Amino acid sequence: MGSLFSHVAYGQSTFKRFVEVGRVVLVNDGPSAGKLAVIVEIIDHNRALIDGPTTSVPRQAFPYRNLILTPYTLANLPRAAGSGPLKKALEKAGVLEKWEQSGWAKKLAARQTRKNSSDFDRFQVQLAKKSRRDLVRKAYVKEKKASA
Amino acid sequence: MGRFTEYSVVGRTLPTESDPAPKLYRMRIFAPNEVVAKSRYWYYLRQLKKAKKANGEIVAINVIHEAKPLKVKNFAIWLRYDSRSGTHNMVKEFRALSRAEAVEAMYQDMAARHRARFRNVQILRVAEIEKKDDIRRPYIKQLLEPGLKFPLPHRRTKSKAWFAANRPSTWA
Repeated sequence: MGSLFSHVAYGQSTFKRFVEVGRVVLVNDGPSAGKLAVIVEIIDHNRALIDGPTTSVPRQAFPYRNLILTPYTLANLPRAAGSGPLKKALEKAGVLEKWEQSGWAKKLAARQTRKNSSDFDRFQVQLAKKSRRDLVRKAYVKEKKASA
Repeated sequence: MGRFTEYSVVGRTLPTESDPAPKLYRMRIFAPNEVVAKSRYWYYLRQLKKAKKANGEIVAINVIHEAKPLKVKNFAIWLRYDSRSGTHNMVKEFRALSRAEAVEAMYQDMAARHRARFRNVQILRVAEIEKKDDIRRPYIKQLLEPGLKFPLPHRRTKSKAWFAANRPSTWA
């Protein structure tokens, strides 16, 4: 493990996201899928203890293969912090708000709405796209004629 | 509900004329269910005392729940196992949330490294290691470094689709 960090010490690591205490992760599997949690303690090479008091992820051991590391961390989070202090740290850092505004979260949300859309919703999207196409093409033709 | 539950099994030999009030013996047994727990109780008691199931009785069997199932603990397990050519003692260390989870990891580890089956392994003692200095094994010590962090290089995801337009990316 020490040799793995020598390049980090020089500030030249090719890796940007680390499994560490305070790393915010996206749960990818199970009943809490799609929710954010924080790594509270590293158990071993395969599992971490995660907790998401504000996103209703119960405190539990979770394997890394079902987690996705996000670019957000809670700095100076003590190892094995309790749910209460963790909640305060989360609110103070405002991580969840930053997450909601990120492109990644927006893409996930868009994927969900598309998945949950009804036929009528898709019909409305079709009409909206049609009208946008119409306006764009009319403007294009007008510009072309004007510059010709 | 992992593979093992810890039971507290209390039993004694049946009272006879020469011994009207036999001693009660309690054991902490790791087993998948009560039936196996009672069976293992007699197996060990036969080795330690002059008692067998035929002239004994189980007085009580209770589940021992983990006191702090959300606290990560370091366990040391002392065990005795039969290899193909002899029987040996070992001390193995595990990081787990409960004693039963550590025992399950131990049985898996023994099966993997030594091809030792459940029937060949006897647990002598399971103890939580309180102080970091008492840890013997480097593979556990390395996880207790303060400020430990590591990346997840080469993430391998399972594709649910039969075909994929692009090769997968292995970022974590």
